[in-house]
Amino acid sequence: MSAATQEIDQSKAWDGKESPFRVSYGKLMMWFFLVSDGLTFGGLLTALGYAKFSNVEAVSAWPSGEDVFFHFPFTHMELPLLYVALMTFILIVSSVTMVLAVEAGHRMDKKGVIKWLLWTVIGGLIFLGSQVWEWATFIAGPDGDITTWVDNAAIGYNPYGPTLYANFFFFITGFHGFHVFTGVVFNSLVLRNVIRGVYHKRGHYEMVEKVGLYWHFVDLVWVFVFTFYYLV
Amino acid sequence: MVRDDIIEYSLQGHHSEEDGVKIRKKIWKVTAILSIITILEVAVGAMFPKDSVGEWTWFFIKYGYIILTVIKAGYIVLVFMHLGDEAKGLKYMILVPYIIFILYLIFIVIMEATYINDGWINMQ
Repeated sequence: MSAATQEIDQSKAWDGKESPFRVSYGKLMMWFFLVSDGLTFGGLLTALGYAKFSNVEAVSAWPSGEDVFFHFPFTHMELPLLYVALMTFILIVSSVTMVLAVEAGHRMDKKGVIKWLLWTVIGGLIFLGSQVWEWATFIAGPDGDITTWVDNAAIGYNPYGPTLYANFFFFITGFHGFHVFTGVVFNSLVLRNVIRGVYHKRGHYEMVEKVGLYWHFVDLVWVFVFTFYYLV
Repeated sequence: MVRDDIIEYSLQGHHSEEDGVKIRKKIWKVTAILSIITILEVAVGAMFPKDSVGEWTWFFIKYGYIILTVIKAGYIVLVFMHLGDEAKGLKYMILVPYIIFILYLIFIVIMEATYINDGWINMQ
């Protein structure tokens, strides 16, 4: 916060030694990475839209999310999109605990950082587990049995509609899931360093902020995947 | 050797306990907004399935979803990722290309894809 409110001498800003962006090198590079990673996901979602609208069997042949994702663990009721919404909510909550960890870091509150970062890791693990369940349910197809290869969804065939529908499901949620996995690993490593007091000795918790940026980005991507894959 | 070319911007990120209370309040407010938007999206999806509504109703629902998504994304980027508090130059360096990129993509994808779809249908 205070970094942004601090005035800098504009005439000296571009002479070196001082960054006109007033952020550290690591944070700037994390933003650069996120921008380029965002373009990758943008490309994937755009390809999805293109495949959907240019589909030869007309747009109506493309399945809508409510007809495919209506399963919910431990029940046989038809609850369209509710579990995906719950996953979205879990990821948003873990984003909130992350921002609380960053806030605690700005106050040099080591215990607070540990508490909130731990919740973030747990939220990420719950999301990953949910995604495994979702993949299993999707692959099992309408008969709900993953062991029979009668109507299982795969790269070459799926029981829901155009082949590309399942391909985009596997690719987009898989690529995003890999990001979540990476994020959980990063968060765990940083959590270990926080517990060992590495950042307290350093005098600032910026590393928490940097992995936090990555984690929020993962959440941000999911918000778009939720809308453009499941809802629209 | 002591390096004198590194400015510790990281240390400027600190804030006091009082500021912390205010920031946490803002975080919880944004959490509530994001949750309400997600619940709203699912409720609309459950009550008005795509197959049961007319073409125009679906059109409005679809663009409603997209607007809600952009609002959600805005809150996450500007508040959770603190981009709203960063220097102006950094903020616009990240946001402006994205806004142009997204608008152009929406335009070109829908245009080209529907055109190719028309082509397929006319060929049959």
